[in-house]
Amino acid sequence: MKKFRIVTGVVAPMDRPNVDTDAIIPKQYLKSIKRSGFGPNAFDDWRYLDPGAPDIENSSRRINPDFVLNQSPYDQANILIARENFGCGSSREHAVWALDDFGFRAIIAPGFADIFFNNSFKNGLLPIVLDAEVVNEIFEKIAAKSGYEITVDLTNQKVVTEDGDEYPFEVDAFRKHCLLNGLDDISLTLQHADEIRAYEEKTKQSAPWLFS
Amino acid sequence: MAGKTLYDKLFDSHVVRMEKDGTALLYIDRHLVHEVTSPQAFEGLRLANRKPWRTDTTLAVPDHNVPTVPSERAAGITDAVAKIQVETLEKNTKEFGITQFAMNDIRQGIVHVIGPEQGATLPGMTLVCGDSHTATHGAFGSMAFGIGTSEVEHVLATQCLLQKKMSNMRINVEGELGAGVTAKDIVLAVIGEIGTAGGNGYAIEFAGSAIRNLSMEGRMTICNMAIEAGARVGLVAVDQTTIDYVEGRPYSPKGDNWDNAVAAWFDLHSDDDAIFDNELTLKAESISPQVTWGTSPEMVVSIGEKVPDPANETDAVKSDGMQKALKYMGLEAGTPIDTISIDKVFIGSCTNSRLEDLQEVADIIKGRKVAANVKLAMIVPGSGLIKQQAEKAGLDKLFTDAGFEWREPGCSMCLAMNADKLEPGERCASTSNRNFEGRQGQGGRTHLVSPAMAAAAAIAGHFVDVRDF
Ligand code: SF4
Repeated sequence: MKKFRIVTGVVAPMDRPNVDTDAIIPKQYLKSIKRSGFGPNAFDDWRYLDPGAPDIENSSRRINPDFVLNQSPYDQANILIARENFGCGSSREHAVWALDDFGFRAIIAPGFADIFFNNSFKNGLLPIVLDAEVVNEIFEKIAAKSGYEITVDLTNQKVVTEDGDEYPFEVDAFRKHCLLNGLDDISLTLQHADEIRAYEEKTKQSAPWLFS
Repeated sequence: MAGKTLYDKLFDSHVVRMEKDGTALLYIDRHLVHEVTSPQAFEGLRLANRKPWRTDTTLAVPDHNVPTVPSERAAGITDAVAKIQVETLEKNTKEFGITQFAMNDIRQGIVHVIGPEQGATLPGMTLVCGDSHTATHGAFGSMAFGIGTSEVEHVLATQCLLQKKMSNMRINVEGELGAGVTAKDIVLAVIGEIGTAGGNGYAIEFAGSAIRNLSMEGRMTICNMAIEAGARVGLVAVDQTTIDYVEGRPYSPKGDNWDNAVAAWFDLHSDDDAIFDNELTLKAESISPQVTWGTSPEMVVSIGEKVPDPANETDAVKSDGMQKALKYMGLEAGTPIDTISIDKVFIGSCTNSRLEDLQEVADIIKGRKVAANVKLAMIVPGSGLIKQQAEKAGLDKLFTDAGFEWREPGCSMCLAMNADKLEPGERCASTSNRNFEGRQGQGGRTHLVSPAMAAAAAIAGHFVDVRDF
């Protein structure tokens, strides 16, 4: 996994609540058996004016000029800000892979759907929960100055704006540790293989039907 | 000390080790796998040169991509990309020694339908699947939740997951449901009440007399949509209805194991003095048949109501969301729901494709015909075995006589990954669980309803109160 310490860059505003995983990556792209290559189809239905499919070359499609991620400098943004309940809907990790492939490293919102939140950490994409009022303030700053930049500092758990405003955020200690060091949690778990086996032996006695 | 909730009992009994910050390594008893969210997980195992920790408790089935037209099913998948995915599942399960119900196996079906049907879903288990509707299995008093592909790989490799305990919410539905009102209406009404983010961070236990009086099918419908209320876990306590459903299924315990299991399962309920972080009570009598009007499951009203007006919403972000939804749905505020006409009808999905749902449809459409303005009305059973049972009861004949198409099992138009989809602008009465933009096809307009309401809409050509039908 990619390490995450400090990321500075342009924040793209996505002014909607309940941005769902179907919108982040439409289902026709879930047929891929790979983890990469989803970026060009992130937010496909909003990004292009004509329908897309895995076998259609994106460069031949009509771009929706009104969609924020098609506008400079947001087409190069590495931080995204949105409203309540970002990432709701299905468990598809393809949504995180698409955001990552587009170039996002962090997403700020007043709240995230649980599975999406979890999936993000597993891929080095940092979801940051800030108060709805704070999120609103940042939206206003972006409206006042296109290309507004912020810095996400995971070590010190704060978001620092171009104007020098600082907003602290919470992050689970274990997840922070994994992100800062780029650790793969399967190998961490396998360090406890003996405890897993001991649990299994105990359960075979108490609930043998789970092993038959 | 206060008693434990059902969720606490399930969580605590599966902790392998606990970190200081409250992150638990949790043991997973059952892992269900399908073709869309697993290829990258198996690939990850291969790249790291890892083997599955346990193969005997993992069960795989292709469902999202499979064609549902009988002739295509027999001829094999024609969509090259979908075919690769289904074949990849076949190859991966063979290579790693995991049981798979292949596309033309009678036991094949939607992953959340076949788990319970096979007795692979048992009370007291932890059960995961790379699919958000895994919450369905919580109807059995098991702790079931959807996971992402990285976690699928984690469970394959270690049989465990890292989890923090969620908060506890209980939703009580008390009293008796009116005639024509079903489990689907209960859960849509709950989502209308608490919103799609209302359950974020919670495990929701559904309780109360109206829930206890539901069949297992109805309880599964409710837990299925816990995720639409924002909760990864939905739960119903174990009772005799649960035990009767589980008994005698292929994967259910047998002999002494069965007796011991049943004795243990009766403890799977929240203690009387358990404390919930959040609790809510709804009166069953006050619930009417529900219809969604927008692009989020919380945008829902009763059949007798009108499409709401964003101008009456004081929250600016919400009002804006409502306006966007109305535009997408091609609806005007103030339109009575029962005047909205439909183009297609989809009866199926892991929410409503079990035998009881099909019977509900049959009772409504018997001797009637699908309205002329309805271009396609399709019924997609949840599994090959359900299809077989329905045909034994003569339901297929009834459906086709009325003008419905009778299909092979799969996810089908619930998410439109195969050929079953809406064209831009088409309006659909659907028994599935999501009405997001483009969910059933780009530009398609989905209204979520119960099977009875979908059947009545098919006959009338527009939404109609099934209670007057
Ligand atoms: S029926 Fe629909 S919701 Fe259920 S598993 Fe299939 S695609 Fe997902």
